[in-house]
Formats: sequence, C-alpha cells, structure tokens
Amino acid sequence: MIELKNLRQNYGSRTVVDVDALTLPEGGLTSIIGPNGAGKSSLLGMIAGLQRPTRGQVILDGQDILRMPRNRFARRLAVLRQDNSINARLTVRDLVGFGRYPHSRGRLNACDVRHIAHAIKLVALEEYQHSFLDEMSGGQRQRAFIAMVLAQNTEYALFDEPLNSLDIKHAVGIMQLLRRAVDQHGKTAIVVLHDLNFAARHSDRIIAMRDGKIIADGKPENVITTDVLSKIYDMKLNVLKQQNKQIVDVFGK
Amino acid sequence: MTPETRRNRSRLAGGGLALLLIAMIAAFMTLGATGNWSFILPYRGEKLLTVLLVAWAVPLSTILFHAISDNRILTPSIMGFDALFVLIQTLLIFFIGSERINILPVQGVFLGEVLVMTGFAMGLYGLLLRRVAGSLELLLLVGIVLGVLFRSISGLLQRMIDPGEFLVLQGRIFASFGGADPQVQAMAAACIGLASAWAFWRLPAIDVMILGRSGAMSVGLSHRRLSLEVFAIVTMLVSASTALVGPITFFGLLVAHATYRMLPGAPLRQTIPVAGLAGALLLVVGQVVLERVLGFDGTVGMAVEFLGGLLFILLLIERAR
Amino acid sequence: MTGSIAADEPGLRAMPVWQPVLALALLALLAVASLLVGSGGIGLSALLNDPASAKLFLVSRLPRTLALLLAGTASAITGLIMQRLVQNRFVEPSTMGTVDAACLGLLLGVIFLPDAAPLTRMAMAAVASWLGTVLFLLVLRAMPRRNALMPPLLGIAYGGVIGAISAFIAWQTGLMQALGAWTTADFSIVLSGRYELLYVAAGVTALAWFAADRFTLAGLGDDIASSVGLNPRRVLALGVSIVAVTAGSIVVTVGFIPFLGLIVPNLVSRRVGDNLRTALPMVAWLGATVTLACDILGRLVFYPFELPIGATMGVLGAAVFLFLLLKRHPR
Repeated sequence: MIELKNLRQNYGSRTVVDVDALTLPEGGLTSIIGPNGAGKSSLLGMIAGLQRPTRGQVILDGQDILRMPRNRFARRLAVLRQDNSINARLTVRDLVGFGRYPHSRGRLNACDVRHIAHAIKLVALEEYQHSFLDEMSGGQRQRAFIAMVLAQNTEYALFDEPLNSLDIKHAVGIMQLLRRAVDQHGKTAIVVLHDLNFAARHSDRIIAMRDGKIIADGKPENVITTDVLSKIYDMKLNVLKQQNKQIVDVFGK
Repeated sequence: MTPETRRNRSRLAGGGLALLLIAMIAAFMTLGATGNWSFILPYRGEKLLTVLLVAWAVPLSTILFHAISDNRILTPSIMGFDALFVLIQTLLIFFIGSERINILPVQGVFLGEVLVMTGFAMGLYGLLLRRVAGSLELLLLVGIVLGVLFRSISGLLQRMIDPGEFLVLQGRIFASFGGADPQVQAMAAACIGLASAWAFWRLPAIDVMILGRSGAMSVGLSHRRLSLEVFAIVTMLVSASTALVGPITFFGLLVAHATYRMLPGAPLRQTIPVAGLAGALLLVVGQVVLERVLGFDGTVGMAVEFLGGLLFILLLIERAR
Repeated sequence: MTGSIAADEPGLRAMPVWQPVLALALLALLAVASLLVGSGGIGLSALLNDPASAKLFLVSRLPRTLALLLAGTASAITGLIMQRLVQNRFVEPSTMGTVDAACLGLLLGVIFLPDAAPLTRMAMAAVASWLGTVLFLLVLRAMPRRNALMPPLLGIAYGGVIGAISAFIAWQTGLMQALGAWTTADFSIVLSGRYELLYVAAGVTALAWFAADRFTLAGLGDDIASSVGLNPRRVLALGVSIVAVTAGSIVVTVGFIPFLGLIVPNLVSRRVGDNLRTALPMVAWLGATVTLACDILGRLVFYPFELPIGATMGVLGAAVFLFLLLKRHPR
C-alpha cells in the first residue's frame, strides 16, 4: 500500500502539488487525469521517488520511500516517465534488459532473459528486438519503454502518459495489456492519462487533479461526469452511457 | 544488431586492433635504432609504457564521463579537468615551494594532489553539472572558459615563481610523450590500475546511466552516489595521465568516438577495452609515423589536437542540425 | 544611408554631463600613472632635470602608454563590431579564429620572408586573419541559428585547430616562443619605433565610427539591412576587414589581449544597450581604461618584475566571461 501524507511540491513560490492524504492500495488500475499543469507528472515523480517533495512523505508499506534502498524500491515499483530521450544508441533488447537491473544488477541470468523475451512479446516488438531505438518510430520506441517497465516485473507500475505517440490500435493494446496484468497477475497500475475515454473505459479508479489539488477521486462513473469534468477543464463536456460505461463527447459544447 | 553479432564484432575489432598494435609496437621498438640495443630497448620501453598508460586512462575517463553526463561531447579535458590539475600543481609549488615538497615522499605528495584534485573537481563540477545541466552548450562553453581561466591563473603564477622553481614545475607538468620520471610512472600506473578496477567493478551499474537520471533511478540505481563515484574515478585517471604527459584536450574524444562508430550500442565492458586498444594504436602509430618515419619529433600531441579539434567541430555541427 | 539614427537615443540624452567628464578624467589619471610607474621610477622633477630619465620617458614610457591606449581601444571596438555583425554577444577575435589565423599568417611570413618589413608582416597577418574569419563566418552561416552559445563554442574549437597547425609549424622551425608572444600581450617590449603600426589599427577602427549605423543595421539581420538599402555583404566585408587589419597589427606589435573585445562591449551593453553610436565611445573608453589599469597593475603587483597584460587579462577576462555566461542563464 502506498500512502501520501501532506505531500507538497513547490517550484520557487509556485505550488504544483498539494495533496493532504491519498491512499493507493494494492491491486487495480488507477488513472490520474487533469489539464496541463495540474501536477500529475510531479505527483507521479514523487510517488516514484524521482523527485524530492518540498514537504511531506510518500510511504510504501509503512516505510518512507526516500529512506528505502533504491534497489529494493525498484523491485517493488517501476515507473515510465514522459520524456524518454536517450542519447546513446541502444537496441530494444538492451533497453528492456535494463528493466532487469534491480534483480540481476546487470548480470543477466536465464530467468532474466525469459522475462525480457516475454516483455518484448507482450508489446509485439519481437521483430524489432535487435534494432536501435533511434531508428524506430515514436510508437515503437514508446512500446519498448513500456516493455522495459514490464520486464522489471514489480507489484506497482507507474506510467506517465504511456499512450503518447501510439496509434489507436497500439493504445488499445497497451491498455488491455495493463488491464490483464492487473486482473490476472494482481499488479497495481497507476497511469497518467490525457484521453478521458481511455481512462473511463479501463480504470478501476480515477483521480482528477487541478492546480496541484485532487478535485475528485473515485470510481469512473462518479468522476467522469459533466459536473466534475467542467470543474477541472473549465468546459462543459457531455457524458454519454454505453454498455454501462461512460463515453465523453470530447468536442464540448 | 543481435547480441551475438555485437560480441563477434567487438572480438573482431579487439583482435584486429591488438594484432595491429603488436606490429606497431615492434616497429616502434626497433625502427631507426642505431647503436646499443641494451640501451635503446629499455629507453623505448619506458616511453612505450607511458604511451600505453595514457592510451588506456584517457579514453576510459572520457567514456565513463560520457556515461554519467548523458551525452557524448563533453569530456573531462574539455571541461578543464587537466587544466585544474596543472593549476593545483602550480599552486603547490607557489605556496609551499619545491624544496619542502621534495622532502616529502613522492607517493604521499601524489596521493595528496589526487585527493585535493578529486575534492575540488567534485565540488566545482558537481555544482556546475547540477546548475547548468539544462543546456549542453552552456556547460561546454563554461567548461572551456573555466579551462582557460585555470590555465591563465597557472600561467600568471608561473611567471611569479623564481626560475629554478619554474624548472621543477615544468618537469612536473609539461612532460610530453617523451617519457616520464620512473617514480611518477609507477605512481600513475598504480593510480590508473586502482581506478580501472573500481570502474570495472561498477561497470554494470554505470551501463544503466545511459537511461538518464530518472531512468537509472527507476531501475533502482542511486544515481547521485554512482555519479560521485564515477567522478572520483575520472579524476584519478585524469590526474594520473596529466602527471604523465601533461594536458591533452581532444585525444579522449577522438578515441571514444572512433570506438562508438566501430561498436554501436555496445555495453561498456566491450567498448572500453576496444577503446584502450584503439587509443594505444593511435598513439603508437603517431609515434612511428610522425617521429620515426617523417622525423617530426614531439608532434604526436599536436596532430591529435588537430584531428580531435576537427571532430569536436563536426560533432557540434551535427548537434546543431 | 548616412543619416544618423542615434539622434533620439535615450541613453545618450539621459546621461548627465559630469559622467563623460569624470570618465575622461579617470582615463587621464591612469595615463599619467602609466607614464610615471615602472621599474626605473621617474619622478616629475627627474624628468625635467635628468636627461637620462627624459630619454627613458620618450623612448619607453610614452610609447608604452600610447600603445596601451591604441591597442585597448582598437581591441574593444573590433569585439563590438564582430558581435554586431555575427549577432552574437560572445564572439570576438579570439573566440572566432581571427587571432589564431593572424598568428598563422605571421608565422608563415616570418618563415618565408624572414627579411620582410614590419608593415609587410602585418599585411600577411591581416590577410590570413581575413581569410580565417571569413571561413568561420561561412561555416556559421550554413548552420541553423538556434543557440547563442554555438558560435563561440565553434569559434574556440576552430581557433584551437588553427592553433594546432601553427604549433606544429612553429615546433618544427623553433618558433614556439615567438608564437607564444603573439598570443600573449606584453607591453613591456614596447619601445619607440616598435609600436607605430598600432596607429594603423587605430586609424582603421576610426572607420568604424563612420560606419557605426551600418553595423547596427546589419546587426538587425540581412532582411532589415537590405530593406533600408544596405548591402549586407559589403557591410560584413568592411567589418571583417577592419577586424582583420586591427588583429594583424596588434599581433605583430604587442601580442593579442585575450577577451578584451568580449568583456568590454558586454559590460557596456548591459548599461546603455546596443546602438553602436551610443556604445562606441563608451566601448573605446572602457577598452582603454581596462587595458591601462591592467597594465599598471601588472607592473605593480610583482614589483620590480612585470606581469604581461596578456597574463593578467587572461585571468580577468576569463573570469568576467564566466560571469557573463552564468549570469545570462540564471536557474
């Protein structure tokens, strides 16, 4: 279980995240939505221990994550950030192999190799596994990074806009993949999403943010409503129902 | 590129370079020798040892530096590391004087210098890398100007010490590939050996630094600690090589990029040995061709600066496009 | 295109009258100090009564002070011109290969025409630095102009490459020491009869005064310059020529003063902005003042020995350059 206590992040005098308390229990797919600059990425970065909060704590199973040895933490929680530019030339397989670092410390064994191959297969990149990242399309690269997180095989996996630069087929594929990981393997996924319909369709829980604060938090049917959405996006969005799931008419009125 | 082809390729490159190197070393030891072999061989052997030490240390430090600074243009010498070492040597002579230094054991002095250098470099460049990390161009320019500043201060102080002291200093910092004091050589070799062992022990972790700060952290690396470690390793290597042959700005860049071209995407444990071989080959070929065949004595360093400078310009242009 | 666009320049009007007076007084004070300070100290009375002192004064002190004034002014102004033309604050003759090319030219001159007159040597240095600068500008033109730090970076590396060629040649011909002298300004060698070429530099930079508006306009970009009827290429050629001749004459006589042309215009620009007509007098004044002050300092710090200004300016210039770089990019 991850708990946030009095978490706050300031950049200069600007407060970008201000969350009094939030609990993320194990299991389930949680989406974080909100407009640009709502503090979603900063929140995710702090949960992943990549940036130090100005104030407050992130606690994983009773322990402050900043006090945890980094390597042990990385066996429990993996994160994919938004900006994944790599300057060096690296093949897909090497990249995914780095996901095994917390387990093998860079010396891959047979078990690691199995995990790597499986992760590559899950994102359908077998054909390209020996290609260099800088020679691939944006979508393929994004899938390679997702495979790296999958290979890390942690209970918690955090993704910051994983559907960026993916076409609709692969976007749906990735969301289904995450859904399967949650349902069949009991993983916990926390995903920052821009696309409200993806969030509504695939999430167990949705957290809506604005100006660093959590505006709404709950089941999709309670968060994806015209009322809540107008609070965070300042525009009226119609929400339709289809097969008991919300569909947002994103064109506004 | 599959791991197998890559491994074969690095074996091929390593083997080929090693063979060439052996042939060139033979040429280096024997070519143009007239007179007593029992004198020539040890003399040239000493020189060769210096060349090999530097050819190992400088590319290693450059490649490690590339790994932690997450780009492939910055090098320790471009950032002014070796100018800093010269400055520290100059300050030492200036404030303490060669006589008092000569009383102390050479090992102790060298160790002290390396420690001071490491501390200073970590503080200064740690601050710099954190403060201006956003812009590589700024970092490069600040590094270059910092190098100029260190050289200028050294130059100024060198004019203010008396000529006798200056000669001592000159012996310590303006050595060329002509060969170094055997004692310095032994110290430098020990320092380089230690740094290399440390680096190889941490190599699997350093490989991960390719992912950048947050990438490396998300797979469980303590990025900050490892950066400091690599910084210390790099500083030791630069100190040792500067003590051996003085500052050489672009040698590391030249060899590192030649190796990256040969082995794209290879892990460090394959890149580094090949880079060491390539560096040694470059320097030995330089010595044989420029000095033995063409008779241009003492010009290898200049030729390397020329080629490396051109490469640096090309890399900048490539980056700007 | 000779009409002045500086008539309504606010910086000029806002400046109180006493400021230029004070500035000139300071410069005069430094000049007098420079005349009187030195290893064989000369008092005023000795100057009037002792013929030896008077001779020393005329042969060494006076030429030295004049040389300082001329070289300081000219260096600062060439820096300013180049910065306008390249539209980059961080270029000056030593960060764009101009100085290194001049040294290479001079080196070749010394080797191939050992008996040439100083004026011929200067011409060779000027031609080489012209070619070197133009080559650099061509490379720069071919590059996208996104990053303001790229030109000085490229220029310094480019200068280093030319420097490596020069070092190779100088090493082979035993001229390493001479090469070192050309790149490190030292005014203690100035004697009457050995600095007069600097008047050429002064004369050429005076041209800049007349062409100031053109440089300002050219600095706004080719399109704007063309639209007001200027030929940008011709302005560029004029600017490069001024810079090349100046660099040539300074390298031949006293050696180049590093970074002076970079820091002075930047410091002035922080105060009065970038209109050349306003900036030029201040740049000229500050160039001369800094040079004089540094040289006097170099004579006093380590008395009775002298530190060449190239060494003191190297430290001061690099430090100010660093300050400008880091100040401009606050976090």
